[in-house]
Amino acid sequence: MKTLFPLTITKITWRAPLALAVLCLLSAVTAIAQDGTERVSALDTLIVWIPFILEGFGLNLLMSILAMAIATVAGVVLGFMQISPIAAIRLPAKLFTHLFRNSPWLVILFAIMLLVPFQITLPGGDKVLIPDWIKATIGFSLPVMANVAEILRGAVMSIPSGQWESAESLAFSRYQTLRYIILPQCIRRMLPPWMNWYALLTLMTPMAAILGVGDALGHTQAAMEAAGAKPEFLIPFYLFLMTIFFVFIYPISIYTRRLERRFAAGS
Amino acid sequence: MIAPFFERLNKTAGLNFSPFYDAYDWGRLLEGMWISVELIACIIAVSLVIGVVGAGAQTSKSRVIRFLIAAYIEIFRNTPPIVQLLFFYFGLGAITPQVDMGGWYEPIIGSFGWAVIAIGIFGGSYNVEIFRSGIEAVPSTTTEAAESLGFSNFKIFVYITLPLAFRFCLPALTNNIISLAKTASLAYVIAVPEITYTLSSIWSDNVNVPEMMILLFAYYIILVAMIAKGMHLLEKRLALPGYGQ
Repeated sequence: MKTLFPLTITKITWRAPLALAVLCLLSAVTAIAQDGTERVSALDTLIVWIPFILEGFGLNLLMSILAMAIATVAGVVLGFMQISPIAAIRLPAKLFTHLFRNSPWLVILFAIMLLVPFQITLPGGDKVLIPDWIKATIGFSLPVMANVAEILRGAVMSIPSGQWESAESLAFSRYQTLRYIILPQCIRRMLPPWMNWYALLTLMTPMAAILGVGDALGHTQAAMEAAGAKPEFLIPFYLFLMTIFFVFIYPISIYTRRLERRFAAGS
Repeated sequence: MIAPFFERLNKTAGLNFSPFYDAYDWGRLLEGMWISVELIACIIAVSLVIGVVGAGAQTSKSRVIRFLIAAYIEIFRNTPPIVQLLFFYFGLGAITPQVDMGGWYEPIIGSFGWAVIAIGIFGGSYNVEIFRSGIEAVPSTTTEAAESLGFSNFKIFVYITLPLAFRFCLPALTNNIISLAKTASLAYVIAVPEITYTLSSIWSDNVNVPEMMILLFAYYIILVAMIAKGMHLLEKRLALPGYGQ
């Protein structure tokens, strides 16, 4: 325990995620240990099913990366639309951002899952099935898109107006100013909040399991069901699920905090 | 007046807003809204208490307490809230004692209670950090002045630091409260009959998903706007001359 004590929130090293993951596993083991005879069976069952759960976690990662890619591209477009001088572009973009920023993830997910058809007919007449996880990915990308748009707008607003004016005096067009002068300066400011949103998005992906996508949560529940649905499985299985997310997300949030501090010190 | 209009809308345009002309669905909608508001209020209350207590404990001199608070924050901020909720409801719910209700047994804490606890603890992990930054913004000269007037450490925290810190962190707190109000819809997964749950049962009965989805989006947008307005008024009301704009 000695190595744990020097850790505080201000002093975080790479040891922290390891220590906390070990803590999680330890508490899982102690939770199982309350029933002496079940100890072996519950933990053994978990170990048997770990590859299956990790396979589901792979889908979580895939969904989060795809959703983040969609959200970033769409969010940057939406963010630039929000600062457009043309009201016909600006106002719908604002409304769109407002709608998706202020609705819960679950509601947006439901809307996409239930309102988007499960198969589409291509112009050629071919029918294409849209798998549930793709629809869920789109559902997750919408709220992040709105927030990326807001981050971009905030970053553009934080660029001193002298930058705009000097670009104008050098005869840059509006597009060129945005593309070559404003955007490169925004990226630095956008990076920490963007990473925060990636972490949050990944933490929200298990919601897809509610609608039947076989992600880490769906696979965990299926594994518990298949192993006999004993109540003593619940704590170790869910703790294991939390641990794998923690091990993936925690380094990202440490790195984000470090970046935030560095940028705060730099500016 | 309203009911015939929506009935006609259903017959002519095929837009079935059943709660507006069907008394049973109307009752369900009202109850869902009420439980949702209740749930959100309880969750916010729990998270605020945790935030204040946690931020107070973080100023403690004991390393163990500081480490425990830091670990709590990191664990709850870096794991999926839905899994936390399921863990609390199914995992811990299975080992909480049951009470005899005269013939059948019911757990002491129902799904509503677990939703409040789980989402409240999740939100509290953000509030601790928010309050901590507020406390750090209180000038040390103020607390020193209080100390020289003979306030004890506890009294300084309650009467001097906290009221000031609360004002400093209100903008960040507003954001977190809004995000918590939205996260409260997660209670759907453990069958708390709040708005998302009741509307989903209405759309399963009447097959009017798009219309109910519009209602659901409208509900949340109005709710968020109301919370934002309320917090903004509070911020104005509490504003101290000489701080901020």
